[in-house]
Amino acid sequence: MEILVCVKRVPDTAENEIEINSEGNDIERDDLVYSVNEWDNYAVEEAIQIVDKVGGSVTVVTVGDDESEEVLRREMAMGAENGLLLSDDAFEASDGKGIATILAGAVKKGNYDLILTGAQADDGAAEVGGMLAAIMDYPYASLVNTIEVQDGKLKIGREVEGGNQDMYEIEMPCVLSIQTGINEPRYVGIRGIRKVASVEIPKQGASDLGLDPSSVGEAGKKVNRVDYFVPEMGEGAEMLEGSTEEIIEKLIDYLKAKGGLK
Amino acid sequence: MADVFAYIEHNQGVADDSALELLTAAKKIFPDAAVTAIVMGSGGDLDTVCNEMAASYNAVWKVDNAAFSFPDAEAARKALLNILPGDCVLLLSHAHLGMDLSPGLSIKMDSAYISDIVDVEGLEGSTLKVIRQEFTGQVSTHVHADISNGAVINVRPGVFQPDESKAGGGEIVDKSGDIGDVSVKRKYLETVQAEAGEVDITKSEVLVSVGRGIEEEDNIEMVFDLAEAMGADVSCSRPIVDAKWLEKARQVGTSGQTVKPKVYLALGISGSFQHLGGLKGNPFVVAVNKNPKAPIFQVADVGIEADILEFVPELTEKIKELG
Repeated sequence: MEILVCVKRVPDTAENEIEINSEGNDIERDDLVYSVNEWDNYAVEEAIQIVDKVGGSVTVVTVGDDESEEVLRREMAMGAENGLLLSDDAFEASDGKGIATILAGAVKKGNYDLILTGAQADDGAAEVGGMLAAIMDYPYASLVNTIEVQDGKLKIGREVEGGNQDMYEIEMPCVLSIQTGINEPRYVGIRGIRKVASVEIPKQGASDLGLDPSSVGEAGKKVNRVDYFVPEMGEGAEMLEGSTEEIIEKLIDYLKAKGGLK
Repeated sequence: MADVFAYIEHNQGVADDSALELLTAAKKIFPDAAVTAIVMGSGGDLDTVCNEMAASYNAVWKVDNAAFSFPDAEAARKALLNILPGDCVLLLSHAHLGMDLSPGLSIKMDSAYISDIVDVEGLEGSTLKVIRQEFTGQVSTHVHADISNGAVINVRPGVFQPDESKAGGGEIVDKSGDIGDVSVKRKYLETVQAEAGEVDITKSEVLVSVGRGIEEEDNIEMVFDLAEAMGADVSCSRPIVDAKWLEKARQVGTSGQTVKPKVYLALGISGSFQHLGGLKGNPFVVAVNKNPKAPIFQVADVGIEADILEFVPELTEKIKELG
């Protein structure tokens, strides 16, 4: 099975506190640590496990600049065979539809049975997978938390309300957006990354993909994030202050009063 | 003005809470618009929901088809394409169905898709100005969308007050004959119910809930120690279940359990809306988090800025001393 996994380079919220810059129009990006979107790691792991079972290969793709190469290499160190970087000045400032249009260009150039995305990203809108499927006219399922290959089709589970799971049979080619928890993504050490450090990663732009530059980037966007801001906060919690001992004393008083201690 | 629609989710003859929240959101965008509810389903329950919606919405479009005895986004998308006018605005709830349905629908309708909005600033010409959040609510964004060709808008559940005015009095129009071919390449098989766990946290009066701040699996034990000292049960947020450190039945949130304790102690939980969506009944919430900007402090009654790895053992010790 030929599997394409779409990944994204994002600010790592585990490593950074996200703050607004002094101009108040963007998040503070100096010294920001970037990593692969958490959901995408699960998608790549799932793809690798499927190929381990039924054969084929995994290709990881991203839309971005040269800095995005590092996230492709990280996923290749996990076991994805090929990387593909979609990069062009015309792609800059794309909205979700623009990203899906660019990815669809790459899908049309390939011969993939299955396309995976992360279900969402911390700085995204959980939209690219569903849009890509619609552009390609492929069936789609979001929030997928189990995949089983069954003669030419897939049996999948979708996470729904209350911890329940909706089971479907889906035809291929299809697009699935992957929910965290579907597997345990393997650890990638520095040695693994070194192994793939010199692997050639092809780079393709709008003309390689046969895309009209006005359909992507700034020119093609309908939805525009104008700025970042911190909203006026409500009163919020009463913050307990003092030494740890004093705080604990106050907290225990509250817990007693509210029935939190038995 | 664009035609305005709301997609109504329902289950066993009862409309979802989002049904009347969408009406509020629609009226905030288009104060004078007539808003039409779209209710898709199958059988007798459907009429119950249609009648309920007719009281609030200006019109109700009913779609009765066996394909919708289960809410299938792939089939619904095809039906909606055939019945909706091209440049309309459709609002849905940003939950499991809306996330499946909406992005692809916007592509097929060649309209803007605006995901997970938490507020509306207004409409200027054909530019819709809304507010979204990113990075689990740590920052907000102003988003401007060109809706001259229509829009599909997913609205975050629980942020708009439901419109209880019942000022609709709308007529129910049967659109079942207009939906066209709704055969799809994704076939619904069954719904697997969540497994019951060792404890039923939906019945717990006091919950000690642990999140990503616990850092390592070995540290989970200190949370159980605290819960034991308090006479509480242990619940958690999603990352703890993803890491397989606790069972799924202990997860609080829209994809986990809905709990209604008296007291909820959130330890190292940032407070995503999916997590808070599972916390009902207005409990007394105590949050302990080392990030003073964690969104959980906005909903907590009492907050403590501390590293739970240091704070929890000390708290446990003190509670034990009370004996």
